[in-house]
Formats: sequence, C-alpha cells, structure tokens
Amino acid sequence: MIVETGHFALVLAFALSLVQFAVPLAGTRLGDQRLMAVAGPVAVAGFALTALSFAALTAAYVQSDFSVANVWENSHSLKPMLYKVTGVWGNHEGSMLLWVLILAFFGALVAWFGANLPATLRANVLSVQGLIGAAFFLFVLATSNPFARIDPAPMEGRDLNPILQDIGLAIHPPLLYLGYVGFSICFSFAVAALIEGRIDAAWARWVRPWTLAAWVFLTGGIAMGSYWAYYELGWGGWWFWDPVENASFLPWLSGTALLHSAIVMEKRSALKIWTLLLAILTFSLSLLGTFLVRSGVLTSVHAFATDPSRGLFILMILILFIGGSLALFALRASSLTQGGLFHPVSREGALVLNNLFLTTATATVLIGTLYPLLIEAVTGEKISVGAPFFNLTFIPLVMPLLLAVPFGPLMAWKRGDLYAVAQRLFAAFGGALLVVLLSFFFVDGIGVLAAFGIGVAAWLMLGAVTDLALKSGIGSVGAAVAWRRFVGLPRSVFGTALAHFGLGVTTLGIVAVTTLEVERIVTMRPGETMPIAGYTLRFEGIQPFQGPNFTEEQGRFVYFDAAGRERGAIMSSKRLYTARQMPTTEAGIATRGFSQLYVALGDPTSDGGVVVRVWWKPLVLLIWLGGVVMMAGGTMSLLDRRLRVGAPSARRSKDVLKPQVAAE
Amino acid sequence: MRRLAAILLLLAVASPALAVKPSEVLDDPALEARARNLSAGLRCMVCQNQSIDDSDAELARDLRVLVRERLVAGETDEQVIDYVVSRYGEFVLLQPRFSARNALLWATPVLLLVAGGSVIALHAARRRRAAPAGLSAEEERRLRDILKEPD
Repeated sequence: MIVETGHFALVLAFALSLVQFAVPLAGTRLGDQRLMAVAGPVAVAGFALTALSFAALTAAYVQSDFSVANVWENSHSLKPMLYKVTGVWGNHEGSMLLWVLILAFFGALVAWFGANLPATLRANVLSVQGLIGAAFFLFVLATSNPFARIDPAPMEGRDLNPILQDIGLAIHPPLLYLGYVGFSICFSFAVAALIEGRIDAAWARWVRPWTLAAWVFLTGGIAMGSYWAYYELGWGGWWFWDPVENASFLPWLSGTALLHSAIVMEKRSALKIWTLLLAILTFSLSLLGTFLVRSGVLTSVHAFATDPSRGLFILMILILFIGGSLALFALRASSLTQGGLFHPVSREGALVLNNLFLTTATATVLIGTLYPLLIEAVTGEKISVGAPFFNLTFIPLVMPLLLAVPFGPLMAWKRGDLYAVAQRLFAAFGGALLVVLLSFFFVDGIGVLAAFGIGVAAWLMLGAVTDLALKSGIGSVGAAVAWRRFVGLPRSVFGTALAHFGLGVTTLGIVAVTTLEVERIVTMRPGETMPIAGYTLRFEGIQPFQGPNFTEEQGRFVYFDAAGRERGAIMSSKRLYTARQMPTTEAGIATRGFSQLYVALGDPTSDGGVVVRVWWKPLVLLIWLGGVVMMAGGTMSLLDRRLRVGAPSARRSKDVLKPQVAAE
Repeated sequence: MRRLAAILLLLAVASPALAVKPSEVLDDPALEARARNLSAGLRCMVCQNQSIDDSDAELARDLRVLVRERLVAGETDEQVIDYVVSRYGEFVLLQPRFSARNALLWATPVLLLVAGGSVIALHAARRRRAAPAGLSAEEERRLRDILKEPD
C-alpha cells in the first residue's frame, strides 16, 4: 500500500509539473497575474509529492519489501541499515528518483525565496523548471519505475553491488546531483531571460548564488567520488579520466567558468550574453553527464545501467533542452544589450582569460570523452582515448591558467595596471621560487618538472594570502587597523582567497603524489619485513573474519618508523560478498600527516606467502582537502550579505545597488 | 547475454586489483621502468578504461608479459607498441595516434584556444575603436582657452 501510494504520488507530481510548465507560461503571455501566481504553490506541492514518493521507496528498502522488484534487485535483509537506506539511490531507478526529488526541491526553493523576483521572471523560471521536471518524471515513470512489483515475492534480495556498500558512495550521488541539478536553476533563469528578451538586475543577482551553491555541491561530489575510487577500487588511483568521471568534471569546469563570468555580470553588467550561454551550456553538460552515465552508452567503472530504451529517452530529453535553448539563444541573443566597457587589462579582462582557458579545457575533455563514440558511429572502428591523452592536453591548458590566478583578484575593475599588480605579487613570487629551489635540492628523487609543479602550488597559495594581506592593508597600516580591516573584509573576498588557496592545495597534492609516489610489489610471508619510504612494514599474517553480509581474509601489517618505533597496524583485506559471490579489496591505509601508506592484498602464493602491493602516497590527502577548502570558499562567498539567498532586507538591497551605482 | 557481459566486466573491475605480480617484474630496473611506462599507455582489452598496468585481468597479464618479453629481446618502445597495435588494433592505445582520423581530437584544444583568443582580441580592438578617442589637438586648444578664460 505504501509503495502504491509512492507510485501514485509520483504520477501526481508529473501531472503537477505539466501544470507548472503550462499555466504560468500562459499567464506571462496573457499578462494574467492569477495564472502566473499558480507557479509557486504548484512547485511546492510537486516537491511535497516527490518527497512522499521518495519516502515510500525508502520505506520499502528499510522494511526489505522484496515484492518490489527494485528492492529485491538491490537489497538484502542482512545488509546494514545504513546501506539499506543509501541503497535507495545505489541503482538506476532509485537514483533517478533522487534526481527528480532534488529538481523539485530546487523548484520549491525558487518558489519560497523568489518573492522579491519580478513576477514574470519568477513565473517563467518556474515554468522552465516545470518542463524539465515533466520530462524527467515521465522518464522515471515510463522507463525506470522503481515501484514495480513482482509476484510471488522472493524470500531474499540479491544485495547491493558490494563496491557501492560504502559510506563514500552513499554521499557521493546526492552531492553530485545537488550540483548537476542546481545548475538547472541557472539554466531556467537563462531561458526565462531569453523568453522575456531582457536581462534585468534581479537576474544577475540571482544567478550567481545559485551557481555558487551548485558548484560547491558538485566540487564535494567529485572530491568524494575520487576519494572513494582511491580507497575502494584498490589500486590507489584517484582520477582515471574515466568517461563517467569526465561527465561530472565537464559541468564543474564550465560551472567554474560560469561562476567567474557571473561576477563580471553582477558587478559590471558586462559579458551578459556570454554568461547566459555558459548557464545553458553548463546545465547541458549536466544533462549530457546524466545521459552518458544513465544510458550505459559508455561502458565504464560506474556503468550499472544498460538498457538502450532508456538511453534513447534521455537522448530525446537532451535534444529537446539543449537544442531548444540554443535555438532560443540564437533567436533572442541579439536583442539583449551588451553592458559595461572595460580595458583588456582589468579584472574583467582577467576573468575573460579565465573563461577562455576553462572553456577550452571543457571542450578538450568533452571531445576526448565523446571521440571514441564519434569514430565508432562514423567509421565503425573502435579507438580508446584514455589518461595519457587527457594528461597531455589538459595539463598544458590549465598551467597558464593556474599561473594567472593570483593576478585576477588583485586587478582593478575597468582598467588595471599589470605592472603594479606584478609588483605587489613580488613577495609571493619570491616565496614560490624559494619553494621550487628548496624542493629541488632537498626532496629525494624530485625532477625539474615536479619542483616546478610544487612551485605553482605554492604560488597559488601565497597569491591567495597576498590578496587578503593587501586588502586588509597588512604592512602599510598598523596591526590594529589591519586586523579591523581584515575582519571587516566582505565574505566574498575571503571566499575567493579560500577557493584559490584550495586550488593550490589540490595542485600540491596532485603534483606530489604523481611525481614522488613510491611503489613496491613483493611476496611476503608472515613475519617478513619490507622497507618503503623510510618506514618498515611487517606482515603479521592472515585471519578469516565474518562480516554481516560478507566474509573476508584480513591481512594484518605493522609498520615502524625510521627509528624502529612501532607506529600502528594496517588491516588490508579481500572480501567476498556472499549474496552476489563478488570479491572486493579493502585496502589498508595508514595516514601520516597528509601522506598515506597504502597496502593492497593480492593472491596467496604456493609457498605460504601472499602478494602485497604497497604504495607511499606523499601528500595525497591534500588532493581532497583542497576540494574541501574550495567548498569552504564557495560557501563563504555564498554567505556574503550581498548575495544571501533569503528574505530581502533593506540592508541587503542597498548593498546590491552599490555596484550598479559604481558601474554607471 | 548483455547482462552476463556486464557482470563479467564488473567482475574484471572489482576483483582484487593487484596488477603487476612480483614474478613479472624484470631484474633490470631500467627495462622494468620502460615496461611500466609502456603498460600505462596500453588498454586492458576486457576491462573498462583500465590500463594493463592497473588491471588484474588474465588478458592484461598476458599483454604485460608480452611487452616485457619484447623489451628483453631488445626492441625499442616504438617497436613494442607497433607490434601490440598490429596484433590488437589501435583500440589498445590509450593515447590515440596523430593521424588524419584523429585530427579533430588533437586539433580541437589548439583551434579553440586560438579562435577564442582571436575573438576576444578582435572584440577588444573593436571596443577600443568604438570608445571615444582622446581629445584632438583642436579640442585640446579650445579646452585650454576655456580654462584660461576666468583669469
């Protein structure tokens, strides 16, 4: 009964999304306030119904109701409760239900907080959201119904794919979807502006916080997915340039570009048309990502959905939204007015440069991801485009961008002075140079390129610190005044500095782990030791262990530091999930500062030993910590009074007006 | 069949990923480094986007051994790659070759950067022309006159 209620609620939500699309749109055409006002309540009701539907599926999972096909295929009565709940979105149908839930949630947010938007803009935005919702509700109902029953009901479920029974993968999809779907708001705003044929001040004010929020979630989702792959797939890689990873990285890259061009638009009302196009492209890439992952058109690590009928359906959605919005853009863009003028050497100019490189990087990853499909479709031949291609093209593209980052925030608006900015960055440059020299002479086994890479990371971090120091006047005014100024800096300034600092942290982690990693592959018998990166690892032996829904062989290791002191134990195991008879590796990881000792267990040998692969991963944690710092930066920027998404206040609207007055 | 293939693929991915085994490692560290380097660029044919260096699949092991045998026999990196491609096709290369067919792939980043850069440069130049130029000599003279008048 609960399950049928959930199904019925989903059908109702679909019907409401059609109302949400058609009625407000008609209202704006006819100039009827009553029709336009329908949008808000309908969006909220649609969200409530979708939430009810999602709750019903969750209930079926919690109760292990195997009469529901989806639960039977992806759950097991012995599975820990946490994974019963997260298993709801650990499969195609459930994850699409989560997708529409988040979409409906964002629609409701616009309805709740959009009271200060012009009525027609609000109606148009919600109408576009309604259309996106309708397409995906229909997709779920027609091709991916999570509520289908089986009769007679099986006694036991088939369990969730073991590699998905992990806390990292429990959080990864919701974060990723919050990012993907968050960009739908920017998209809806862009399309609404095109429908209206004008971009007003409210538009710019609204798009940036939404972009920021979506970007923060997407950053978190990608970092989480990367960390999961690192410890769960068992060969210590943290980024594979896998098509599915690229699918999430593409909207991140263009979303980052959008974030920066939206600043120009908000502050200087320039780059309007470009920002609009980026908003459309970013959500289009999110849709493309959904298509690539959900259709199974690419067979890759993550592909757990293979059904061509679904692929075709999403492809139709893709064509409708991308084609439709771009056609609208082509028709209407020329009627939009271009805003403020600026000199090429200026903050605006720096942000344009940022957009040029980020867009090119996006296009490079996109073509690399789609090229094998293209070649296969045209010539029938199969080729591979893998990590070596992306490393060779992507890294040279982002290098100049990374080098330019510290200049951006120090440039003045409208017309900047490159020479003066370079002078101010002199200390940061000197510091980075020192780091290059120190690491070149004092780090074992480092090459020129690696030292340079570490220098780039230091440059980014010192650049961010310099930005904050200069803006609070450290060095030029007294300490007390500088402190007051520092505390009084707008939160968005902190946000920028934090995000750029985080970029440096991630860069440092990437450079260190790719160039200084140490790897040993050996056969070890119990009691034997092996040296690695100044530590000594001793193999203690293997013991069987019985988990709730798996059995495992636990390998126990102890490691010692250079002075011979015992530093701790590392458990590395091979698991067999009994329901699916599927083996997984559970790598043993010991963290030393930001570095990790990573131990993976292999097959036993005939002479009583076991093959062990051990890595020393220097500063590897910084890769993801940098992501966390970037998220903190984004959140900080989001909390800026000027941008706060919430009820309007006199204070806030005054602050919002300021930049426009300055721009006049 | 499709489902079976999917399960097999998943198994290949999820099975204990301990790629290179101690028995495979060559005695000569320089040769072994070259082998590892080559392996990282060769695709495991039965896996999903994994190099033979990362994969635990039987076929990947065979290919790793093959690469090492060829290297020990004294072949250059290029000869080994050519041999592997002649046996398995270009699909095995994770980095596609520079060929006419792959021109679009390799050229896109460069073309886009150049095209984008040119558009921005042109735009900036046009803006500068459209922006009011400085005062002409005549205007400068008149301005001086006006400013002098009160004296």
